[in-house]
Amino acid sequence: MTALSRAASGRVASLLMRSRPWLRNKPVMALVFCSLLIIAAVFGDMIAPYGVTEPDFAASLSPPFWMQDGSNAHLLGTDQLGRDVFSRLIGGARISLITATAAIFVAGTLGALLGLIAGYFGSIPEAVIMRLADAFLALPFILMALALVAALGSGLGNIILVMIFANWARYARLVHSEVLSIKQRDFVTLARIAGVSRMRIAVRHVFPNAINSVAALAALDFGRAIILESSLSFLGLGIQPPDVSWGSMLADGKSEMQFAWWLTVWPGLTILAAVLSFNAVGEWLKGELDPRSML
Amino acid sequence: MSVFVLKRLGQAVVTLLLMTFMIFGLARLTGDPTPLVLPAEATEADRNFFREQYGLDRSLPEQYVIFLRNVTHGDFGISFRYRKPAMEIVATAMRPTLELSAMAMVISILIGLPLGILAAMYRGRWIDRLVDLYSNIGQAVPTFWLGLMLIIAFAITWPIFPSTGYGSPMNFVLPSVTLAFFTSSSITRLTRANMEDVLRSDFVHMERVLGLSQFRIVAKHALRNASLPIVTYLGLQFGLLLGGAIVTERVFAWPGIGQTIVDAILNRDYPIVQAAVLTTALFFILINTVVDILCAALDPRVQR
Amino acid sequence: MSNSSDIEPVLKVRGLTVAYGPLERPIRAVADVDLTVKSGEIVGIAGESGSGKTTLCTALLRALPVNARVSGTVHFEGRPLFDMTEPEMRQLRGRKIAMILQNPMTSLDPLFTIGNQIEEVLRTHHAKVPARKLRDRTIELLRRVHITAPESRVRQYPHEISGGMKQRILTAMATSSSPSLLVADEPTTALDVTVQEEILVLFQEIRERSGSAIIIITHDLGVIRRVCDRIVVMYAGRIVEEGPTEEIFAAPRHPYTRGLLNSLPVLKDDAIVLSSIPGQVPNLSDLGPGCAFAERCSSVVQGCTERMPPEVPVGPDHRAFCCRLLDRS
Repeated sequence: MTALSRAASGRVASLLMRSRPWLRNKPVMALVFCSLLIIAAVFGDMIAPYGVTEPDFAASLSPPFWMQDGSNAHLLGTDQLGRDVFSRLIGGARISLITATAAIFVAGTLGALLGLIAGYFGSIPEAVIMRLADAFLALPFILMALALVAALGSGLGNIILVMIFANWARYARLVHSEVLSIKQRDFVTLARIAGVSRMRIAVRHVFPNAINSVAALAALDFGRAIILESSLSFLGLGIQPPDVSWGSMLADGKSEMQFAWWLTVWPGLTILAAVLSFNAVGEWLKGELDPRSML
Repeated sequence: MSVFVLKRLGQAVVTLLLMTFMIFGLARLTGDPTPLVLPAEATEADRNFFREQYGLDRSLPEQYVIFLRNVTHGDFGISFRYRKPAMEIVATAMRPTLELSAMAMVISILIGLPLGILAAMYRGRWIDRLVDLYSNIGQAVPTFWLGLMLIIAFAITWPIFPSTGYGSPMNFVLPSVTLAFFTSSSITRLTRANMEDVLRSDFVHMERVLGLSQFRIVAKHALRNASLPIVTYLGLQFGLLLGGAIVTERVFAWPGIGQTIVDAILNRDYPIVQAAVLTTALFFILINTVVDILCAALDPRVQR
Repeated sequence: MSNSSDIEPVLKVRGLTVAYGPLERPIRAVADVDLTVKSGEIVGIAGESGSGKTTLCTALLRALPVNARVSGTVHFEGRPLFDMTEPEMRQLRGRKIAMILQNPMTSLDPLFTIGNQIEEVLRTHHAKVPARKLRDRTIELLRRVHITAPESRVRQYPHEISGGMKQRILTAMATSSSPSLLVADEPTTALDVTVQEEILVLFQEIRERSGSAIIIITHDLGVIRRVCDRIVVMYAGRIVEEGPTEEIFAAPRHPYTRGLLNSLPVLKDDAIVLSSIPGQVPNLSDLGPGCAFAERCSSVVQGCTERMPPEVPVGPDHRAFCCRLLDRS
């Protein structure tokens, strides 16, 4: 990227994250929904009325309970194999949240570390790391994800790897620029004059300052990660059976779209609600952690 | 200016090279594809012949050099599955994708730009809140799901548009609207933010005080100043658009590069995967480079 | 464009107040200001940041943000300003009343050439002029503000020219229609000393040539002494003293004015002596019922914080707002 486009997208990032006053309050509904999802992810096995892969051929393709032919046994309906949609949604929550969390956590940590090294030690490490980051960022997310899936195969572990690959560069860039600006601040110069070792300065002074913006970025990244995982799973390249993901539910439901609308509506709405909620919470956290961006 | 162009082109080449390296490395990572491609009954002689054919018996660096040389000639080898040059298949598939992306981009700009401008001018009023809602939802809706919903709504329930296929203008509607939803919400958001910034700047205040009409200030000065970062961003947006196109094509059975890549991955057809990924990356890098150069040309502050 | 002081002053402000914030506890950026400016006068408005100088003048152009609550009356050349419609105001802005904003570095659009921007202003106020004449007039305007090689300047972009030149260009734009009233906000602050002098000379020329009244907002007393006929001293949104420049410099009557003049560095026995007014400018939302300067005043007495200081005439054209001035009778 050029300096111009880098400046533009840096500015874009801060502009996009600018919030409106009515968003600055605690997003209660979003927090509630996020908590529900987390509960579903952790305690899914105990809450779900049925197993995720439990077939019930007698009740295959039954609609949601308020429609004719629907039953209270399967509140949101069943799919071709008679599997309960609601239970599978809960199962999907676990997969999506785990994938997103793992991916962001590792990508964030790795990226932050690399950014720290690049920013603090400069010269060759910086040049190498930042050029690499630029190249990674120069390409569309999903293109890279596809290339990686082609090489590594699909499945839960690989998907997490893919998402780490696709995400680390943004964190590296962010921390790198943070470090550069902090490096020039007076308290760092003072520390160096006082003879504090570079490593110590990096860890004790520079890192904590950068971490706030990293956390803020991560909070907003969660939604993106969920969508990426769903997209890959929808294409058949992500989560494989017997694991269930909202995206793969949509892929399965696609063939029955003509008559069994509930197989595509529920998973999609869940994804939408999840992403909206995480985005709202992310925006709020960002305001709390990084007040500068709200100016 | 020419220095800038050269520098920028140089960057593009470096990025491309890195991409080729990555593609090559990834493909070879998975080891010898021979057993996957040839049927189980193939003899050792067959396998050796195959390996020789595809140069799999040479050392890795040698393979990379060969690979690079071939790539510059557009030769990605023969598709394992279709027995035709991979590049040929990719080139045919590229066109529908580009058409779809272009259509979606046009729609996004036509919707996004005016909405963003209006929201900035009437900050705090209902249109601003509407735009907020729109951009939040736009960012959160999975593109492929939106496609499915649109199909249910406008191809099944009220059969106005076809749900699949390629050829007539009617086929374009649902896929491009699906793609445009996400992009237009981004453009709206960005336009609004930029316009707001510009409308608060000193020179706008000065122009107002000098008696220039609001229309002139917005249409001429504010728009021009706000649009530079937007043009840059459009380049990035194109990448996201391509990504969305890949998924959207699956939903609408659109015969584009997305379908091709996904099928190729599922079939372990590496020549096509390589050709498709590199070609798409090439387009993406090209567009970004052009956009960057355009921006530099439009902005008098960039060094000439 | 007569030069004599007409009977009708160019500007007559009575009881101007600009308030922001909640209605129960308004922040008055400008409070109850009376001001009269005659044609051909150069008036200096002095005061620290936050004293209301800029808000006052922006209010005259009706260019304040929408959440500003403005009250009082302003008569411009006899016409009540606040009764006018927006189209009528736009006829005045830039043509009969003009303002040059505070920061010349950022007051020009970076994407258009100088010539383009000046022509735009000309076209706004003189719609029927043909294109070639516009270009000629632009060059003539640039010459008038002493810009060298104007033919090549018109093709340059703002980032290619210096601050002083930008200030001149903005002045050219503001005076293109020979306004009756010109307001210059901190015209010299961003410039080097030598350039400052040139700008001030320019203002004097403008007054000589077209009889415009000029208001110069500044915190630099040296500037005021150099070109202004009268000074208006503001503090916390109110006028505290007003009078002819020389008279005020010779004998300031308000404690704040005295403090301001004392804080000018003075050479005493080869050493520079600096004194300043103790304390800080008060927060406008925390003002009490009395004089805003009371807490920093060396002559403060009991009554100062209880009642607003009265207006006391201390000379034929000179007034100050201080209750202590009533003591001398």
